[in-house]
Amino acid sequence: MSTVLKSSTEETPTGSPANSAPAKRGFGSRMRRLNVPAGLGGWIWLAIIITPVYYVVITSLKTQEGYFGQNPLALPTSPTLENYQLVLEADFAKYFMNSTIVTLGAVIPTVLVSFMAAFAIVRGKGRFLKLVNGMFLMGLAIPLQATIIPIYLMIIRLNLYDSLLALMLPSIAFAIPLTVLILSNFIRDVPNELFESMRLDGCSEWQTMWRLALPLTRPAIVTVAIYNGLHVWNGFLLPLVLTQSPGLRVLPLALWTFQGEYSVNIPAVLASVVLSTLPILVLYVIGRRQLLAGLTAGFSK
Amino acid sequence: MSNAVSTAPKTATRGRTEGGQSGQRNAALAWLTLPALFFFLVFAVVPLAGVLILSFSSWDGIGAIGSAGMGNWFSVLADPGLYNALGLTFLIMIASWLVQTPISLLLGVFTAGSQRYRAALAVLYFLPLLLSSAAVAIAFKALLDPNFGLATGLGLPFLARDWLGVPHLALGLVIFVIAWQFVPFHTLIYQGGVRQIPKSLYEAAEIDGAGTIKQFFHITLPQLKYTIITSSTLMVVGSLTYFDLIFVLTGGGPGNSTRILALDMYLRGFRANLMGPASVIAVILVLIGLALALFLQRLGGKDKQGSQLEGM
Repeated sequence: MSTVLKSSTEETPTGSPANSAPAKRGFGSRMRRLNVPAGLGGWIWLAIIITPVYYVVITSLKTQEGYFGQNPLALPTSPTLENYQLVLEADFAKYFMNSTIVTLGAVIPTVLVSFMAAFAIVRGKGRFLKLVNGMFLMGLAIPLQATIIPIYLMIIRLNLYDSLLALMLPSIAFAIPLTVLILSNFIRDVPNELFESMRLDGCSEWQTMWRLALPLTRPAIVTVAIYNGLHVWNGFLLPLVLTQSPGLRVLPLALWTFQGEYSVNIPAVLASVVLSTLPILVLYVIGRRQLLAGLTAGFSK
Repeated sequence: MSNAVSTAPKTATRGRTEGGQSGQRNAALAWLTLPALFFFLVFAVVPLAGVLILSFSSWDGIGAIGSAGMGNWFSVLADPGLYNALGLTFLIMIASWLVQTPISLLLGVFTAGSQRYRAALAVLYFLPLLLSSAAVAIAFKALLDPNFGLATGLGLPFLARDWLGVPHLALGLVIFVIAWQFVPFHTLIYQGGVRQIPKSLYEAAEIDGAGTIKQFFHITLPQLKYTIITSSTLMVVGSLTYFDLIFVLTGGGPGNSTRILALDMYLRGFRANLMGPASVIAVILVLIGLALALFLQRLGGKDKQGSQLEGM
């Protein structure tokens, strides 16, 4: 660890000076700044990250014989998609739809109500808004798990047990604190002059919110939408406790039950792992820059 | 309402414009918080109160709810299982922090650099965050199979152990897999933090002849103080929620060697149908979460508390 420490320290500060005067330092110092231990540490971590992913993907393409007979890390000699076929025939499309419905049904209301609340908290003053803000901040420290039993009880009493709506409502509640926090940080960065000029034009707060704050906060909104979407999509406890019917399974739960049913067929289980991740991966590839920029700004203020 | 607001005196600073209109304006704004407040109160705050009430009740999850007085509390507090779960929760929390913080701090510093390959690495580092905990747990179970997993693949027989069958191995594995999944997120936080450090500090240090190690300890680390607190808060409070991963990976076993509080609560409540005692555990979980969050905010200094909470 200490070598990595030493080397990466050398890297950071160099970021600017090395860039500002690379020519004068010459080839020798450049070599020094390439810094083998830091790079090595980085690549080792990459290996740690990638090996399981690689293993899952190649194994999912193997036949049972290939799985039992081959070196586990070797590429499949005769790649097959039959595992994927098996998974897709096992109602994967339905689980996928369920996950999509729950995710959209939780994320859209979350972002909408949180944006309104964040706007009010930033623009307004007074005891009530302070109290609301303080409550949301406290909410950050409430672990969802701790409230699962009363939520279960409430959902039963509301006659929502074993429905997709049952998954959305608590998801919204628990996503609100962080979403309000990130959005209010962004709205706070909007120059006050802009709000003032909206007011001069005779706009109400309501109009200002939709016409000024919303467009300016769009990057943050995309960020929190993706972040919350990821959480809801991958959520496990709520579906485990609040649904029962196989027809209402969401992907992580389906994955878990599938693992129980097909535990002898590891390639098929891993194919289901790949399939459940694929949609998120596609979204990530599309929205990566936005997500990373937004998360960085949202969390490291 | 909007008229009242728009005719307010137009001074440069908002603070001064408020005046007599502020009450009305704030009332208008207060309405905007109600939808969020509704969801949060009904599905987070009410359950929080509910769990406290249920901790004094007896309920099997289906039938009627009865009163249990202090019974649940006495029985749970006298149960060695609680202290096992409590100890494991803190052990995993501390071990996770010790493992994840240095790695993600260094990776964050590393990926904040400007070379292209680092940016590419940072993209790949992010992958585990996209996977559900269920997927991660299933993948690692397969990967650690002594006969068909990594051990034979790499030809490293020492890896061919019964990882999920031996208590201390399972515990170590849980800590490792948690790090595998969550280090990327914290790397990202640190990367952002490092990028906000003014470059001029390093330039000045360089002129003063400070070496890179000195720069790290005298500039980078102190400048990252609040980033470290933010990351640690998320990490430590988040460690109370490793439920999914452990549930799928080990189910709390072997024996009770990975049965952390959240899992203990689930198993008591939804498997053993003892919702009362499970609620006691839940209350303890909430108290720990709040205490940790407050403690970590204090570490940041009282004056900075407000802005730190904003940073979370």
